[in-house]
Amino acid sequence: MSMPIEAGYPSLSDRVTTVEAGAYVVAATFLGDAAVFALGDGSVLFSGEDGDTRAPAHDGGVLCAAVAPGVLVTGGDDGKALRFKAGAAPETVGEAQGWIDAVAIGPDGAVAWSSAKKVFARDGKGGLRTYEAPSAARGLAFAPKGYQLAVARYNGVSLWFPRAEGAPKELSWKGSHVDVTFAPDGRFVVTTMQENALHGWRVADGAHMRMSGYPGKVRSLDWTADGKWLASAGADAAIIWPFQAKDGPMGKAPKELGVRPSRVARVAAHPKAPVIALGYEDGCILLVRMADGAEILARPALAGGPVTALGWDRIGSRLAFGTEDGAAGVVALPEG
Amino acid sequence: MSSASDKTPVTVLTGYLGAGKTTLLNRILSEPHGKKYAVIVNEFGEIGIDNDLVVGADEEVFEMNNGCICCTVRGDLIRILEGLMKRKGKFDAIIVETTGLADPAPVAQTFFIDEEVGRKARLDAVVTVADAKWLTDRLKDAPEAKSQIAFADVILLNKTDLVSGEELEEVEARIRGINPYARIIRTVKSAVALDEVLDKGAFDLDRILSIEPAFLEADDHDHHHHGHDHGHDHHHHEHGPDCGCGHDHHHDHGHEKHDHGAHAHGGLKHYHDETMQSVALEIPGEVDPNKFMPWVNALAQSDGQNFLRWKGILAFKGEDRRFVFQGVHMILDGDLQREWKADEARRSKLVFIGKELDEAKLRREFEACAA
Repeated sequence: MSMPIEAGYPSLSDRVTTVEAGAYVVAATFLGDAAVFALGDGSVLFSGEDGDTRAPAHDGGVLCAAVAPGVLVTGGDDGKALRFKAGAAPETVGEAQGWIDAVAIGPDGAVAWSSAKKVFARDGKGGLRTYEAPSAARGLAFAPKGYQLAVARYNGVSLWFPRAEGAPKELSWKGSHVDVTFAPDGRFVVTTMQENALHGWRVADGAHMRMSGYPGKVRSLDWTADGKWLASAGADAAIIWPFQAKDGPMGKAPKELGVRPSRVARVAAHPKAPVIALGYEDGCILLVRMADGAEILARPALAGGPVTALGWDRIGSRLAFGTEDGAAGVVALPEG
Repeated sequence: MSSASDKTPVTVLTGYLGAGKTTLLNRILSEPHGKKYAVIVNEFGEIGIDNDLVVGADEEVFEMNNGCICCTVRGDLIRILEGLMKRKGKFDAIIVETTGLADPAPVAQTFFIDEEVGRKARLDAVVTVADAKWLTDRLKDAPEAKSQIAFADVILLNKTDLVSGEELEEVEARIRGINPYARIIRTVKSAVALDEVLDKGAFDLDRILSIEPAFLEADDHDHHHHGHDHGHDHHHHEHGPDCGCGHDHHHDHGHEKHDHGAHAHGGLKHYHDETMQSVALEIPGEVDPNKFMPWVNALAQSDGQNFLRWKGILAFKGEDRRFVFQGVHMILDGDLQREWKADEARRSKLVFIGKELDEAKLRREFEACAA
């Protein structure tokens, strides 16, 4: 099929449905058929076929969110963690004294949340465990298998096994670690840092991987559907590190895709195809194919500020997005 | 790029224990001024005000660049400010209260080092509350108290009702000996018109233009050379490739016992502080940005560890706007701001507050940047 050309790219911008979010979009995803936006004003906006509905969620604001197929968990400055599922009322899954700084969704209905140094994990049966990190937890991520939580903090990552009594396994590296992610096969843990760099560890032996050279702070990471590549923001292109080898990206050059005169702020890998959605600081959104770097414009650089949220639906036919100043929408991909 | 006016102003409130910081904070939160503040505090319990944007902080000082100590930031502040920025429009300004024992440098550096914080917020002023009765003693025994005075843009000299007029002049002279650029406001029970303290940024930088260099200068110019060994504590740190500093700059020299000489300038008592000095430099005209920028950047690397704060307003050749910058240690932040007014003399000025300042060298090098 042919697409109209806009700003030099084949464009999908006539397939965008705009949504008036009206506040900082912390996360964008899909629950059932509805596009869902977690917002800085404390509400969660559902946009479906019968219009938009706004669910008041947090008294204050949504500060952080995690998504998994069919699930959205939000953390707020009211000290609550809420879980949203399609067709169900939001459920309070966690509480803490103070702001919720990070949340994570684990296997079998597990959730984790943190407030400063206090980290909480609740398994699918409701068993609650707590852990005090050596410094404030900034990022949380469950391992893909087992019941293990990575806690990013100052000077490294703690791998906490909530059901075990022993001390967490420590992955050390000087500096402040912010967001954290496990490779889909569980072999690697990667953090974004306060410095303009990523740091990775091979879980088996703690071998270090330093991924640097970014002009800015990296605040968004995502693994491709096949788990072989880690896409990252923080440069005037998506920087995509190869992780298929035994020692990850060591000694290998990353791919640079979607080069534009604006910083990439968010990345979201397509759930099935080797395609990555890139959201830029100027509001532009591109879809980039890994194999040949082919680019499609999903949203031109419009008012609304930097892209702060991107999320695919389960089959990758729609992409929800949101920006810092509360612009939002859904891009429907052409079929076939 | 967002201009200074789009950024949320942040006031940092410091002061040694018991100086009256909490009283000032409560005043800011309770007086009817029509503004909404987000307040980052350390002791939740002390705040008696029901403000829905009071956030507890835990003063986590983080080293950046693999352990370089002059590149410290407040990790908790980055986390909290990131959260606050998602609630844009809910508040007009931010106040950060620090504990009495806090070093103000990591707080200030956070606004310059962290890209996201710097894009959304600007350090408006460091306001230090000082106890008129006890400050002189604290300056002798508490290095934090001296840093808080040296860092300040505005100093509330509080509890003036507890001292005599003579004592007040004495303590004010001590403050001036450390920081001649800060505006000193004498108060009782931290009672001050809030517009004297909040949203002052532009004013306080402009203030450096009105400081007469003569006021700062002493009769004897060799007070920079103490003729005794300072015995610095040079720890060894691992350094990342991005940072050229090689010292532990947060040591104190530990020789506050010396008698400080006082002498009069235009009727004002004037002290030289043994460990903290200030230098003001002026070129009565323009500077060449192609000389000035490389110089200040190199200076930040070579001497930044000794500069607690430095500021400048500069007339660049061929530029209608004023270049305004401020620095904390090795971190510099500057941009072109408003145009020079028609009736305003185009001149260039730098001020430094720090340790072991080599005034002659700074003057010589700055003057070499003249256009």
